[in-house]
Amino acid sequence: MSALTFTLKHRPDQRVDMSPLVCQKLADLEFAEIAALTLQNGKRKVRVDELFGMDGSDAQNIVIKNSFNKLDFIGKELEGGRITVEGDAGAYLGLGMKSGEITVSGDVGLYAACEMKKGFLSINGNAGDFLGAALPGNKMGMKGGTILVKGNVGERAGDHMRRGNILIEGNAGDYCGSRMTAGTIAVMGQTGRYLGFAMRRGTLLLWNPPLASARFNDCGAHTLAFLPILFASFKKLNSKFAEGSASFNRVRRYAGDMSEMGRGEVLVKIS
Amino acid sequence: MIINGVAIDATFAEAFPMKATRAIITAQNEKWAMISAQAMTGFATSVIACGCEAGIERVLDPSETPDGRPGVSIMIFAMGGKGLAKQLETRAGQCVLTSPTSALFAGIDGGTRIALGKNLRYFGDGFQVSKLIDGKRYWRIPVMDGEFLTEATTGQVDAVGGGNFLVLAESQPQALVACEAAIEEMRKIPNVIMPFPGGVVRSGSKVGSKYASLGASTNDAFCPTLKGMTQTDLSPEIESVMEIVIDGLSKEDIDKAMRVGIQAVCNLGATAGIKRISAGNYGGKLGPFHFHLQEIMA
Repeated sequence: MSALTFTLKHRPDQRVDMSPLVCQKLADLEFAEIAALTLQNGKRKVRVDELFGMDGSDAQNIVIKNSFNKLDFIGKELEGGRITVEGDAGAYLGLGMKSGEITVSGDVGLYAACEMKKGFLSINGNAGDFLGAALPGNKMGMKGGTILVKGNVGERAGDHMRRGNILIEGNAGDYCGSRMTAGTIAVMGQTGRYLGFAMRRGTLLLWNPPLASARFNDCGAHTLAFLPILFASFKKLNSKFAEGSASFNRVRRYAGDMSEMGRGEVLVKIS
Repeated sequence: MIINGVAIDATFAEAFPMKATRAIITAQNEKWAMISAQAMTGFATSVIACGCEAGIERVLDPSETPDGRPGVSIMIFAMGGKGLAKQLETRAGQCVLTSPTSALFAGIDGGTRIALGKNLRYFGDGFQVSKLIDGKRYWRIPVMDGEFLTEATTGQVDAVGGGNFLVLAESQPQALVACEAAIEEMRKIPNVIMPFPGGVVRSGSKVGSKYASLGASTNDAFCPTLKGMTQTDLSPEIESVMEIVIDGLSKEDIDKAMRVGIQAVCNLGATAGIKRISAGNYGGKLGPFHFHLQEIMA
């Protein structure tokens, strides 16, 4: 069976809610039924086949071609299966994702993988603000799974994050790991201001020293035994994180945010 | 059956169902991993009074351990799951947590999950850190030499305990040499431990005693100094008997260990003073697993 492919015919002016097009919702539908589904497009509802050319039949393997930054809610609450996005994706990519895999070849918008529960999300480009965060007003962000971003991420990555891994090959914006409850965020590039703001627990693993903060206390240089195990778990990824040269176990440990619970840590690679 | 002049008795070893678990101890070097493993498996020769039977399964190459450091694999056997869990936790807390540079990992992925470091984390007094990596939960417990890393749980599986054979020799030194040869070969077999000191037990027991308070007492039929005083099982030339007890994850594992052990003893042969191989049983009424010596060596 070939992948169920949706090729965008033209770029609509208004944003499109793509949440009906997830693997588990399409699993038992005929091709014609999928074509007849309606998507919210601004104030209008449009048929799927009005927006997309369709091909293939494997609903467990969905491909969205010619995607652009107004296609929101791709892979919302995805439960198994794989979604491949060729191009950019809009906001709320993989919102509340429960399992499965999403791959995006371009950039993604705000709130990608927010409140994600499990699964794997790979973004080849950049991600917007609130990656893996909680929805506004909610107290729990990402609760599991892994997000890999090969580019840069915006502000507030991992805001209220509870569990799981966010791996960033590029730079992270301000407030990275803010209000984190637990989990791991690894940043190979630079980090912005207010790193780990109001962080309660969790780990920020950095390749480069962050901007100095009075809210984190220096705990000294250490060799930590869990790091080789963490890096070994990245080996299966198609990423710089999987390379042997990326692995280290010697870090300087900063504890914080001391204005909060203070059980979080920033681990900075000692080169 | 006679192998190299050594008579193999037409008898069988009788073994019992047990619960077992495995843990992997790593450290900065093999020396310290072994020290920790020896402490954890100490005073664990027999469930009769130790609460469990434990032993070192083998030394692990750094490439085989979760954290890439030298390690030792240990196994613990007990009559029930509850007792096993208690022994594992107590021993991990007193013998591995305390041991410099050590880390502790699960040695069995499947089975019923029992606490390994799950409750040791409270030693961290609130400073402990949890990490969930590839579906496995680890605890990082701050200690004075750095951090003690432990996996939260390990697997408990059904197992077999009490496989055994007896080496009957013309002298005590000859019996010991034969047992040492057997143990050396048996330690190469995975999934088994020989829980007694050095793998060898010289005080085999029978069920019951003339003293009402004792459930077991010396196996007088195999005591060479009692040849003239009791209903002996020994011929006049036998001067010493030693036993090797084997606990394993399955009947097949014990079969294999017994085969290589008995073969190693027989390789020394009658010229080295080894006369017979026998086994301990309770008439086949107590244990569901029977290891017939002649079938194993066939």
